[in-house]
Amino acid sequence: MAEEALEKSGVTLREAGPLDAVGDVLPSYVALPESVEEISALLRACAEADLAAVPVGGGTKLDWGAPPERCDVLIDTCCMNQIIEHAAGDLVVRAQAGVTLEALADRLATQGQELVYDGPFRADATVGGLLAAGTAGPRSFRYGTPRDLLIGITVVLADGTIAKSGGKVVKNVAGYDLGKLFTGSFGTLGVIAEATFRLHPLAAERAWVQTRLTPAQVQDAAVRLAAAQAEPTAVELDWPDPSGPVTLAALVEGAAATRRAQTLLDEVTSSMPGWWGEAGEGESLAEVRCMPDRVGGVLAALEGTGLALRGSPVSGRFFLRGDGAGFVPVVAGLREAGARVSVLASPYLMDRWGEVSALPLMRRVKERFDPGRRMSPGRFVGGI
Amino acid sequence: MTPLAEFITALHGVASGEGEVITDPVRLRTYECDGLTYHRATPGVVVLAESATQIAAIVKLCNRYGVPFVARGSGTGLSGGALPRTDGVLIVTSKMRRVLEIDLPNRRAVVEPGVTNLAITEAVREQGYYYAPDPSSQQICSIGGNVAENSGGAHCLKYGFTVNHVEACEIVTPDGDIVVLDRMDPGYDLLGAFVGSEGTLGVATKVTVRLSRTPEAVTTVLAAFASIEQGGQAVSAIIGAGIVPAAIEMMDALSIEAAEAAVACAYPEGAGAVLIVELDGPAEAVERQFAQLTEICAQAFELRVAADPAERAAIWKGRKSAFAAVGRISPAYIVQDGVVPRTSLPSVLASIDRLSAEYGIKVANVFHAGDGNLHPLVLFDDAEPGAGERAETVSGKILDLCIENGGSITGEHGVGVDKSRYMPRMFSDDDLDTMQLVRCAFDPRNLSNPGKVFPTPRLCGEVPGVRKGVHPLVESGKAEQF
Repeated sequence: MAEEALEKSGVTLREAGPLDAVGDVLPSYVALPESVEEISALLRACAEADLAAVPVGGGTKLDWGAPPERCDVLIDTCCMNQIIEHAAGDLVVRAQAGVTLEALADRLATQGQELVYDGPFRADATVGGLLAAGTAGPRSFRYGTPRDLLIGITVVLADGTIAKSGGKVVKNVAGYDLGKLFTGSFGTLGVIAEATFRLHPLAAERAWVQTRLTPAQVQDAAVRLAAAQAEPTAVELDWPDPSGPVTLAALVEGAAATRRAQTLLDEVTSSMPGWWGEAGEGESLAEVRCMPDRVGGVLAALEGTGLALRGSPVSGRFFLRGDGAGFVPVVAGLREAGARVSVLASPYLMDRWGEVSALPLMRRVKERFDPGRRMSPGRFVGGI
Repeated sequence: MTPLAEFITALHGVASGEGEVITDPVRLRTYECDGLTYHRATPGVVVLAESATQIAAIVKLCNRYGVPFVARGSGTGLSGGALPRTDGVLIVTSKMRRVLEIDLPNRRAVVEPGVTNLAITEAVREQGYYYAPDPSSQQICSIGGNVAENSGGAHCLKYGFTVNHVEACEIVTPDGDIVVLDRMDPGYDLLGAFVGSEGTLGVATKVTVRLSRTPEAVTTVLAAFASIEQGGQAVSAIIGAGIVPAAIEMMDALSIEAAEAAVACAYPEGAGAVLIVELDGPAEAVERQFAQLTEICAQAFELRVAADPAERAAIWKGRKSAFAAVGRISPAYIVQDGVVPRTSLPSVLASIDRLSAEYGIKVANVFHAGDGNLHPLVLFDDAEPGAGERAETVSGKILDLCIENGGSITGEHGVGVDKSRYMPRMFSDDDLDTMQLVRCAFDPRNLSNPGKVFPTPRLCGEVPGVRKGVHPLVESGKAEQF
């Protein structure tokens, strides 16, 4: 029944192997749709046979989020790799979900433009995966996170409905912004099929500056950098070993970048620090969010834990990474210290998301978009 | 008793303060329209709300009696988003105007919804901060209204819109619950969906905005061109050079004439178009960009640079007064808010010219050229038979042009009641039905600002509880208009 329905959809299928597992859940099939219409046909088939589906792009963050309750079909968007339109004069690009960020960056660079994203997996992740996980990079401090750069989206709902919102102009308030709703929804509302972004000109000049501080010095230094009229586009810290010093770095872009950077911190370099924007290594990974004036408290809570912290003290967003079951009490401790912690990947059992204030409304949204619970069920907050 | 009459009786139990509940027909008329004055409806009852708990109690009553509610801030909206319901309650937030918290280390301010946009900047200006979104009505428009409409302004080219500057909102949901939507929380980005939902997903009762650091340098340039084509070429060249100015505004000869008549802005004589370009940021960066800009504007026959804030204000004066100013040269006008991709501006402006000639209707063009947001002012004499209809036709055809060119029917004014009928030209039924899923999740009884944004009301499956007096499919938006 399942196979028959899927084959009838006309979408290319292959049998799933161990590498296709989502968390510890092995799907039966991998579908390779080549168009928005094919995704729609596939999801109609899934609806008919009550099959659960999980979309995947580059697979770089497939271990993020809770394992799905069930997964019959993995929807691999790798064949949807067309950059549909790059309107350079309008600073806008429209791309299919499976376009990798590296391919996109290469294309945009030919016209001296970029999609501002310098976070984890900035080469291999896809447009769809970036949006579904809502990952932010260092420069989101100045330019906003992917949701702020997304101006139009085409999605396919669990019943096969193709819907779009926004468009290809930056300024547009017609209708609800489904793009924001789908950004960071971890595949639980539908499949992101195409996206349109606003772009920025590539900076002619860029300079990084850095310094080493004790954990106790970081918060004040970061607050000062955030307010600096030299306008750094990013301020990041790297703390690989929470018994040692913290590296604090800032990026300045645009005209006179080097001179402006010199006013911020002592050590100027034109090259990007190797750790810049990367999530780092370790068996558990969490995103920690807090207000900039709580950064000192977060650092104090981590001192001596053996975990690594990296991220932005001015945006109040970090990756916490490390090995061992010691991760679990640290997450609890950070929440007690007033930080929000989302456990993205971990082999240990714990409350992944913490308190979610608007959860009842979120459940109602899920219920409307996916009443049959077939889209990445259980992956996100409150088992949505 | 009608549901509304029962509701009003019950309302006195939750809003008992002096002058809070308005039922006097003369005073009710004060609230019959927002900034879009040709849509009018006298509200069934008005409440001047004072707190979130009170609004929550009112909305609970709305649910009990099946009475629709509309929230209103300062009433400056230009799409009829705060048009009241004759069968409903208008919840006015203008008394809720406390700045609750200024938190500079975290670059945030927490304000009540009735606080004006400019009041936020005024509260932090001396400390070197400001609130970036700057709609032209910023002296009076409220932050609650800005959140509902996702307001923009001249400077959103570089800095983005309200949605990019709101960190959290406390809202009263259409069920009457108080819920916090916060960008820092995990889960769906309901805040992103709420901002710009035009009051259809609930009422904002507390808004946390991000504050921006005042830039080190600001340079404002006025460039006068012989023709609008030359001005348009300069805009493309600026963007092409990789410059992102804080604002690029353009006015054509007719709107300059109007501004001149109204505020004597003393723009260069004989200009076919003026361009206002504002550069801001670190001083050295602004200097370099200004040098580039001067080269790019070589075709301009006059280039003025504001040397101080007073001269900057003088340059902006003509632009900011443009809407009101056309009243000096035309008895009536319709303001549109369509958007086109910036590169389509020249061809769209030429098409507007042709429409203008064909229908014998003058169109003054004032626009945010940097982001392709047109504000054509369609001028007509309402005493002349048929002129209003022709102006309406031209206005609609301009929106069609925007859609054909891949743009939008509204860049910052919102859909409201005014443009809901154009929504199907921009979106398919499936698109609109999918958006309605969000509305049904928040507002299954269709009580929160019904009849706005979407062209046809939609039933959210089974409606539990009390039914409304009139079936939503029967009750179209037209019933409430004079």
